[in-house]
Amino acid sequence: MSMLAEGRPTKQEENLIMPDNNLPTTHTGNRALIVDEPLIFEIGSPARSGVDLPDAPDVESRLGGLDRSEPISVPGLSEAEAVRHYTRLSRQNYAIDVGLFPLGSCTMKHNPRLNEKMARLKGFADIHPLQPMETVQGALKTIYELADWLKKLTGMPAVAMSPKAGAHGELCGILAIRSALEARGDAREVILVPESAHGTNPATAAFAGYKVEDIPANDAGRVDLDALKARLGPDVAGVMITNPNTCGLFEPDMKAISDAVHDAGGLVYCDGANFNAIVGRVRPGDLGVDAMHINLHKTFSTPHGGGGPGSGPVVFSEALAPYAPLPFVEKREEDNHFYIVEEETAEDHHNSSFGRMVAFHGQMGMFTRALTYMLSHGADGLKQVAEDAVLNANYVLRSLEDVLDAPFGKSGPCMHEALFSDDGFANDLTTLDLAKGLIDEGYHPMTMYFPLVVHGAMLVEPTETESKAAVDQFIGALRSVAKRAKAGDELLKSAPHFAPRRRLDETLAARKPILTWSEPEEFAEAAE
Amino acid sequence: MSRYFTEEHEWVDVEGDTATVGITDYAQEQLGDIVFVETPDVGAELSQGDDAAVVESVKAASDVYAAVSGEVVEVNDALEDEPALVNSSAEEDGWFFRLTLTDKDELTDLMDEKAYKAFVDDL
Amino acid sequence: MKEVNMRYLPLTQDDRQDMLAKIGAESVDALFVDVPKEVQLDGPIRDLPTYAGEMAVEAHMKALAKQNHAAGDMPFFLGAGAYRHHVPASVDHIIQRGEFLTAYTPYQPEIAQGTLQTLFEFQTQVARLFGVDVANASMYDGSTACWEAIVMARRITKRGKAVLSPGLHPHYVSVCNTMARFTKDQLSYQVPSLDAGIDSEMLIDQIDDDTSCVVVQYPDILGRIGDMSALAEKAHAHKALLIAVVTEPVALGAIKSPGEMDADIVVGEGQSLGVGLQFGGPYVGLFGCKQKYVRQMPGRLCGETVDAEGKRGFVLTLSTREQHIRREKATSNICTNSGLCALAFTAHMTLLGEKGLRELAMLNHKKAVQVADKLSSINGVSLLNDSFFNEFTLVLDSDARPIVRRLADQRILAGVSLGRLYPDEKKLAHGLLVAVTETSTDDEVEMLADALATELGSERL
Repeated sequence: MSMLAEGRPTKQEENLIMPDNNLPTTHTGNRALIVDEPLIFEIGSPARSGVDLPDAPDVESRLGGLDRSEPISVPGLSEAEAVRHYTRLSRQNYAIDVGLFPLGSCTMKHNPRLNEKMARLKGFADIHPLQPMETVQGALKTIYELADWLKKLTGMPAVAMSPKAGAHGELCGILAIRSALEARGDAREVILVPESAHGTNPATAAFAGYKVEDIPANDAGRVDLDALKARLGPDVAGVMITNPNTCGLFEPDMKAISDAVHDAGGLVYCDGANFNAIVGRVRPGDLGVDAMHINLHKTFSTPHGGGGPGSGPVVFSEALAPYAPLPFVEKREEDNHFYIVEEETAEDHHNSSFGRMVAFHGQMGMFTRALTYMLSHGADGLKQVAEDAVLNANYVLRSLEDVLDAPFGKSGPCMHEALFSDDGFANDLTTLDLAKGLIDEGYHPMTMYFPLVVHGAMLVEPTETESKAAVDQFIGALRSVAKRAKAGDELLKSAPHFAPRRRLDETLAARKPILTWSEPEEFAEAAE
Repeated sequence: MSRYFTEEHEWVDVEGDTATVGITDYAQEQLGDIVFVETPDVGAELSQGDDAAVVESVKAASDVYAAVSGEVVEVNDALEDEPALVNSSAEEDGWFFRLTLTDKDELTDLMDEKAYKAFVDDL
Repeated sequence: MKEVNMRYLPLTQDDRQDMLAKIGAESVDALFVDVPKEVQLDGPIRDLPTYAGEMAVEAHMKALAKQNHAAGDMPFFLGAGAYRHHVPASVDHIIQRGEFLTAYTPYQPEIAQGTLQTLFEFQTQVARLFGVDVANASMYDGSTACWEAIVMARRITKRGKAVLSPGLHPHYVSVCNTMARFTKDQLSYQVPSLDAGIDSEMLIDQIDDDTSCVVVQYPDILGRIGDMSALAEKAHAHKALLIAVVTEPVALGAIKSPGEMDADIVVGEGQSLGVGLQFGGPYVGLFGCKQKYVRQMPGRLCGETVDAEGKRGFVLTLSTREQHIRREKATSNICTNSGLCALAFTAHMTLLGEKGLRELAMLNHKKAVQVADKLSSINGVSLLNDSFFNEFTLVLDSDARPIVRRLADQRILAGVSLGRLYPDEKKLAHGLLVAVTETSTDDEVEMLADALATELGSERL
């Protein structure tokens, strides 16, 4: 069997050592602002509603005998109750608005509120994807403008706007590669992916029907160029490389990698998750990249929303541009008319397109936010973004390397994220314990156990929107927890102590999955 | 009955033409709390090295390869409701599946208990 | 050079110098030492604008927005997979709470119970609405959820032939065709014809022992609704699955759930509750199934558990199906869900409750019945559907697409012509899809009826 022992589960330890806790109990179990909120199913009722509607007209229904007679059993709340329910729940979340969010490879930067305001203009928010194109010229122009920014920032000639998120963008890029190879009658079967890659890379390549092979890393945390060259051949369709890579380092051989892959007849996919480190300073098109997705929710500040929606446009080189998916927006120069190229019109101009990936035109609501962000920063501001992001990360790296092992710290500066390991922790304490200790300090932890190539990895990405004072405060907290981990502080094993919840039993959740709410039995009986 | 081990931390009990396969105590220790075991279909024809089963802990999923070739004749249904059996009794009650051996010669490549212990001590 | 004060960037020049000193670097350029000189730009990219203040950016974006005809500003009857419903004011307030808006995926559950509990509530609401046992924490949108369901059916049945109903949204079909070309799945599909029935017999005839699933939209692209029980029965007799696709979830406040008709997997587009039109995205894919298939489901799942003090709490669970653990063996490469849209959906659903949802559904339906009768009384217009929810197909006596365009010039957004959806299908060119929701007023209906009659050169009866 194959084994992966990284990222050990959290489970309930017995005989937890608790902090000295002579505090009073409360009647409710709540602690001031830390308030438990029941489920809507426990406080609402199917007969209550927070919405009032006019009466339906008095006509016979025409539902073909399919009327829903069974109860739906979804409860309602009045508006007052609903607002309170969600507000109370919101207060149990950590968020960028609450504090520094050092989650490596996720680029948790401030989400400007102008973006939100612009996305809600009725001319963007209240238009239908199938309205006649004459009635949505502003929307099409917005997509066109954003596409223009993305092409210029990456130095690439084409962009597909419709992918819904980063992983969807990866899929888009890989399908374009496969289409281009098939078009030249070349049935290559293998995609090479570095060991340190984000899990979506191999998953995407496999989803697209490719075999996945690892490329090893060298001691400096970079792709081993010689090993890569040795593996290239007529069966290799291409490589998927993250640059800056998941160890937070730039791949200095990127151009040589691209050249070698091209010489062997393959194509280069770049995972653009870490574009924030180089935006405005380096163009992936100059590195020989054929396709790269851009996470608008990372580099271009569209909100993460507790797990989406994302948006993952993909830029293409000349070699792949003809295979870009439908739909996309084009401009008729003679009268400045914008139009959507879709199945119908593709025949004429874009008959090599590999097809459609989503029902409509992509994440319009994210496009308006990202364009607003780009216009705010301008080319100079975006360059400053990359520089400040890299500066903040290196400042974190150098301020912590005396208390935390930095596996690549000696080899030079990092890009926009700093990588540490759990080397030197005492008393069986782990990265997980340090992370939970950081929660008690009032911070969201860094990315843990990723990349897999470093034992007990911790990836810290402060982003450029943190002030020096905020970064200093975070460094102070992390130094303190790191020292405790090295001293073997038992209390870290039971951390967090002060969060709305203590460590949650993920083993129980997975062994006996409860994925929906059901009425408790004694409750149902009592009601009879 | 004789017990064999593989470098992939599986054990194989052979009785006549039937082999019972599971993962070793060392393996369950490394994986931590097992939450789910996906066993092969009865009747599946496995060749040595094929993916035969999946064992999941909360944060890791590992493939269990077919240590020897054969046709699956029985799987351990108890694991469906109680995957923790693999933790509590990896080398007895926590067995995964039984198969009818197609090539007994394959057994010669496997380790005996002593060799496996030495192998694990070296890790 | 005067230093520009950039409102989102807090570091000052002095901060930068202090930090470089700590790092031991002379300049920021020294931090980019790994980037070969020849690929570093010598300054800001030249053919892009430079930094702009909030007022200037707002003016630019407003000018773009103004060039669009907003649905709320004129009579509006478009549907075909995206519906305009009234979203209560509190929904947008709730999703703009910074703790929801700017949170990450809840990988640290102790400080993400807000997101996790709402996802658990969302999963329960979706499962009950669909009439299935479980639902996931959402997908990108309906079309991608539909394809993922087909892939899931292939995993379960180990067969590669999917039968798609003619009533499936043509863009969904297009997405499936694109993907199937690469995955070598075999899809059986033909475009619909202008008939009132849902093609059950035709679909039943195609199900055999090689079939992994039959995919049926409900209500379908032409607004038709029909009982899927016989399809489910035939599919199950051949050990195939029934996948139902719901693009208008409000309908399920009025009509039987797909689960009641024994569908195995139910997917849908959740946009019509809470999310709004947004020119097609972001939307929220809904995905539910029977309990026995849960481990084959794609996407994130939230589950209930307890913490170290025994208190109830929620975590992401069964994550070993996902890409970050299983890598190339994952059930899907999907990484994100559509969290904030799922929150909008669940908040809207909570405000409605069963009572509100049923009322909303019947209001939509009965208005639609009224409008269908009114429009089909125009000479040269007939109604295709025997039964429908809030959307129906009119058959005009000439091509619908140019009429829709001309009505748009008169600031009436009349519906979606089948010519737009099926440009190559001459036999469908006279079809016009009209959706009626609670937002359509009587006056707007009158305007549409008058304008349509005028276009067709006929008198209103």
